[in-house]
Amino acid sequence: MSEYKLDYLQELEAESIYIMREVAAQFEKPALLFSGGKDSITLVHLAKKAFAPGRIPFPLVHIDTGHNFPEALEFRDQLAKEVAATLIVRNVEDTIRERKLTEPKGKFASRNWLQTYTLLDTIEEFSFDACIGGARRDEEKARAKERIFSVRDEFGQWNPKLQRPELWNIFNGRIHKGENVRVFPISNWTELDVWNYIREEQIDLPSIYFSHERDLIEHEGQLIASSSFIRLDPEDVVIREKVRYRTVGDMTCTAAVRSTADNINDVINEIKATRISERGETRIDDKVTEAAMEDRKKNGYF
Amino acid sequence: MNILRFITAGSVDDGKSTLIGRLLYDSKSILADQLEQLEKSSAKKNDKGEIDLALLTDGLRAEREQGITIDVAYRYFTTPVRKFIIADAPGHVQYTRNMITGASNAELIIILIDARQGVVEQTRRHSIIASLLKIPHVVVAINKMDLVDFSQDVFNNIIIDYSKVAAQLGLKDVKFFPISALQGDNIVERSEHMSWYEGPTLLQFLEEVPVENDINLNDQRFQVQYVIRPQTEDLHDYRGYAGKVQSGIFKKGDKIKILPAGIESTIESVEIGGKELSEAFAPQSVVIRLTDDIDISRGDAIVGRDQGPELKSELDVVLCWLDEKPLQPGNKYYLQHNARTVRTVVRNLEHKIDVNTLQPLEVSTPVTLNEVVRAKLKTAAPVVYDSYENSQTNGAAILIDETSNSTVAAVLFQ
Repeated sequence: MSEYKLDYLQELEAESIYIMREVAAQFEKPALLFSGGKDSITLVHLAKKAFAPGRIPFPLVHIDTGHNFPEALEFRDQLAKEVAATLIVRNVEDTIRERKLTEPKGKFASRNWLQTYTLLDTIEEFSFDACIGGARRDEEKARAKERIFSVRDEFGQWNPKLQRPELWNIFNGRIHKGENVRVFPISNWTELDVWNYIREEQIDLPSIYFSHERDLIEHEGQLIASSSFIRLDPEDVVIREKVRYRTVGDMTCTAAVRSTADNINDVINEIKATRISERGETRIDDKVTEAAMEDRKKNGYF
Repeated sequence: MNILRFITAGSVDDGKSTLIGRLLYDSKSILADQLEQLEKSSAKKNDKGEIDLALLTDGLRAEREQGITIDVAYRYFTTPVRKFIIADAPGHVQYTRNMITGASNAELIIILIDARQGVVEQTRRHSIIASLLKIPHVVVAINKMDLVDFSQDVFNNIIIDYSKVAAQLGLKDVKFFPISALQGDNIVERSEHMSWYEGPTLLQFLEEVPVENDINLNDQRFQVQYVIRPQTEDLHDYRGYAGKVQSGIFKKGDKIKILPAGIESTIESVEIGGKELSEAFAPQSVVIRLTDDIDISRGDAIVGRDQGPELKSELDVVLCWLDEKPLQPGNKYYLQHNARTVRTVVRNLEHKIDVNTLQPLEVSTPVTLNEVVRAKLKTAAPVVYDSYENSQTNGAAILIDETSNSTVAAVLFQ
């Protein structure tokens, strides 16, 4: 009996591949939202596996805030080439100009909110009816409530009170014109599951996930990379530290952690030992209110 | 390490969210910053300075404000033995459909009973859902034992009462635990107050309950989700059928047939990620290639030649109605059976099933939200299926309203 048993990572992989294939089969114009972070890199790996020996049957879409880590962008271009996928990049910068949006101000002026405009424009431009994203339910309370197939109205909004029942492994992707579906194939994975899978499958990551030296400032206990995107005040002291990133978002809203872990085994050991959650340690945009994520999602965020 | 998916069910204020909070807290799955957030929110709600573990799972603003659970929330924790996926489902009657969502993928259900109340109407309703959806393992957690002086008599009396319900519903694997979610008795740590209880703690049981025996290795069932045809120069003639093994074992050389067409063929290879596998079993997602060039498309079934599933266009089903809009007999719906979708019409409504007693009821009023009904469906093309009793992976489907696109019913093939 025991030989017919999947390890938990294989079981998670099987579920995610099944979801990817449902997307490819049920929608006319799906896309994979690619951020350059480890979760979306894992998605690309799963998509590659799901459709091999064929190509990934949908484009990778990157909403570039202009505040990305250069290492992540370089990695993005290389990965798209490697898997022979179409890469579509749309810039928040352009949206700000064309739509005359107001840039947020302040020390860590983040374009996180503005991304949603570019995303919705891009969905319209290409008539995408499904967007695959790398959100996980363990990340955050509002995400814990979201379905794997999450229907968004024509404004991209999530209505948490009107979610479709999602039964067994049956995914209902039927939508009206103008609506779209956000699909989250790794909903049931945790941060550690993703890391263990990356190790198991030997998936490459951008170098900033591993220990390196960097110029930073320390702000309210968090380490923010010194870059032209943040405002340096006279009282800020730029320090040079050995750090790695636990998540990769914008340089303005992602904090680094002090670390000497320069290989995946050490990174996994550090994550196992940490007493702080992924978003809590690395995202400065979640701290505004308890419902920050719920509000962003209702407005069309991932 | 493997995965156990379970659902928690209970009526209002049975302490369901507190129990989950306790499992996460005592298994050290809550991290320092989450705890700090929790302390802050708890302080807003009460002035006793106690941590309100329920606040951990109520993710939506409306839920926190009203102190109730509206939708299913998924929670995760891992011990050295297992990864656990918890569906925290609402207990209120009006949210039964969300509970069914959570229950459909569960291998185990925890039904909470308030020790002061004993078996109540909602206990029966939740047990009936467990029985309808054939959740293999049932845990009855008798909570708030601290409020009945940790009395063994209270515990035993509830066991006697519940055992009658379980017998009526045909629930087989039922285990009872005396707990206090608020204080942590018998959840992760053994209770100091109930020396009379000799069984395992709840977590110990969750870690040990065998789930691999629930996988069917005999009946070969595979449904095509997507056809892979690279059509590149080097893979010009490649045709692979991508899908998930629903049950049975598939390997090279197996004699199979394709349904509903009834064409026979042989498996040339079983692959994943472009690499050949020696064999595949549930719930693996693989690609199957056949020795013959046959026209096969999404929704077609690849099954063992001698182990035919049902192949019919008149189906006996049980429907759990999940939509605000009542069932409209005579209207057309889509029947989505995993990757196969056919149009269908609900022909006969035979009888409703009382979700409190399981007794048949005459259909004198429309079938509305949260009602369960026995019916006959007529489909536009034949469906390849097994009874839900025999196969939860090939015996279930959903109905979709053609005009609203909503998922309106859970369908269990009889």
